[in-house]
Amino acid sequence: MIILTGNDLKTGAVVWWTGRAWSLQVDDAVDVGDQADAIARSEEAARHVNVPYAIEAEQTADGVRPAHIKDRVRALGPTVRPDLTLKPADPEAGNWVI
Amino acid sequence: MYRYDQYDQAMVDARVEEFRDQAQRRLEGKLTEDQFKPLRLMNGLYLQLHAYMLRVAVPYGTLSSTQMRALADIAEKYDRGYGHFTTRQNIQYNWIKLEDAADILADLATVEMHAIQTSGNCIRNISSDHFAGAAADEVADPRPYAELLRQWSSFHPEFSYLPRKFKFCVIASETDRAAMRLHDIGIRIVERDGELGAQFYVGGGMGRTPMIAPMIRDFVPLDQLVTYAEACLRVYNRHGRRDNKYKARIKILVHELGAEEYTRQVGEEFAHLLDQGIEPPLAELERIKGYFGDPDLPETGEEIDRSDPDFALWVERNTHPHKVPGHVAAVISLKPVGGIPGDATAEQMRLMADLAERYSHDELRVMHTQNIVLPHVAEADLAAIWKKLAEAGLAAPNLDTVEDIIACPGLDYCSLANARSIPVAQKISERFAATGKTGELGQLKLKISGCINACGHHHAGHIGILGVDRKGVENYQLLLGGSEAEDCSLGKITGPGFDEAGVVDAIETVTDLYLRERTDGERFLDTYRRIGMEPFKEALYG
Ligand code: HEM
Ligand code: SF4
Repeated sequence: MIILTGNDLKTGAVVWWTGRAWSLQVDDAVDVGDQADAIARSEEAARHVNVPYAIEAEQTADGVRPAHIKDRVRALGPTVRPDLTLKPADPEAGNWVI
Repeated sequence: MYRYDQYDQAMVDARVEEFRDQAQRRLEGKLTEDQFKPLRLMNGLYLQLHAYMLRVAVPYGTLSSTQMRALADIAEKYDRGYGHFTTRQNIQYNWIKLEDAADILADLATVEMHAIQTSGNCIRNISSDHFAGAAADEVADPRPYAELLRQWSSFHPEFSYLPRKFKFCVIASETDRAAMRLHDIGIRIVERDGELGAQFYVGGGMGRTPMIAPMIRDFVPLDQLVTYAEACLRVYNRHGRRDNKYKARIKILVHELGAEEYTRQVGEEFAHLLDQGIEPPLAELERIKGYFGDPDLPETGEEIDRSDPDFALWVERNTHPHKVPGHVAAVISLKPVGGIPGDATAEQMRLMADLAERYSHDELRVMHTQNIVLPHVAEADLAAIWKKLAEAGLAAPNLDTVEDIIACPGLDYCSLANARSIPVAQKISERFAATGKTGELGQLKLKISGCINACGHHHAGHIGILGVDRKGVENYQLLLGGSEAEDCSLGKITGPGFDEAGVVDAIETVTDLYLRERTDGERFLDTYRRIGMEPFKEALYG
């Protein structure tokens, strides 16, 4: 699947396109197919997102998993500071990142 | 240390307001990202892997306690409670919000700090010896010269759009503690027949094409220092390769022209510039020097009590001789075993500020090795300092050992990275702490970068590690034989890379070979230079 990511303009937080809005959780990301460019352009113009780009990902039983390691690190947070990730209380949270 | 005058303060304050307006216009959609990006970069604001990242300039790595406290406050108020000290003697914050950026710059301005020219193709933060003003072996404090160059280069219209980023370093000792020859321009202040002058090394750098700067002028009189620097920059600005980002650094120009021809062209430009009267009057240098006066340190000769072995080890490893007897420069290690090299929490920053205020004449230094120095400490105070550091997890006795690893942010934070650097550093320090070989290995400089840009100085490590991407998987190349010091050399790749666990094993293989082969007093680097790469290759790849 192709998903769309970017950074929130105001906060810089990594966000994922859910079909209607932007979410902090990669698992909310939807397949945008060949609509990536069009969505990216209109969302950027509306200042909902900064530097959006499309990436390859896979829908697994555990959730949406970006193909490239860099986007997996972006999705969760730094692998060396579990306390700063989106799931600080879950020691297993990062197992799919690397 | 240097204090802003009314002009400095007015410029920095004006810049904050200018940026506030720019950021506001971006938030309101009056500027596109393409329009805004160069403006935010001019103020040190990057967009990184997880958020905006702010790089704050720490000129020649010198900080007052007040400034360090302000950095702690920013970490707490606007970031996630910590900051990362870098190999350019700066600090970076990883979780900045665009909405807050102007307020942060305003807070910085209240303590004479900013983030101007910490990015972009301009003259960046000037680095220096972290023991400047304290070291027993310097001919002068190099910082007034660095400050003069800073004032000349900040906002210099001709050098705001160079072919590529530009880095100066100024030292004043035979011993090079600042990687001087790996800078675009390295300056060593030297003494000839009682006169001070500047020795120029031009065209060094790491990155994709690492080069050691050749010396191009042996002695530039101090009343021509800025003029000569200007001549060096002008020739580069004129002929640097703007067509190709990878060939745009001055090292490529010097290499392609040849040092001799480059020097000749600089000489011509210099002769021309001497007539233009661009050199600031020497009185200006004297005025600046006035800010860098030596602190009043009473000579003492008291023996210190070294009966606690942990304390004794810390004193042995983490202090450096001071020019005033009875004093030392004390190094606060930001490399606890298994920690993130260069990270410090807000509380740790405040503790370091307090210690500097109480015991080090209100001064701290950021080292390019991502540690912090208390430059002027009486030996009699070391025990008290060490005790407080130990309570805060800041007393790792590991300066210049295999555990004192430089690691760039790598794939955990950096959008340019190919592989992670930090976990590799963590695992290596854990391995050596566990096997207890750290002390036996002696001086061993290990440096890790997460990509070819070499922010972690891997080319200059006695052992270097370079993270590469092998079909989407992290892979680590091993380099041996680099040095950033006065015996400057570039490391060579051993052969095929390793995975994360493999590279930790490989380091141990390499160091075990050294322990078997070394002769008396040889550092790892010396043994490598004597026996060459082959035995190491043999041990690693069979
Ligand atoms: C985290 C974001 C960073 C980015 C995007 C970045 C970008 C780069 C780039 C593109 C280069 C190669 C320049 C060239 O050769 O033309 C470079 C080199 C370098 N950077 Fe960074 N860097 C980052 C972090 C750091 C950090 C944390 C430090 C310490 C302040 C640092 C210090 C250096 C050094 C020492 C070099 C080698 C320069 C040389 O000698 O050629 N960088 N960086
Ligand atoms: S060396 Fe590469 S990965 Fe490391 S900080 Fe520099 S640009 Fe990022």
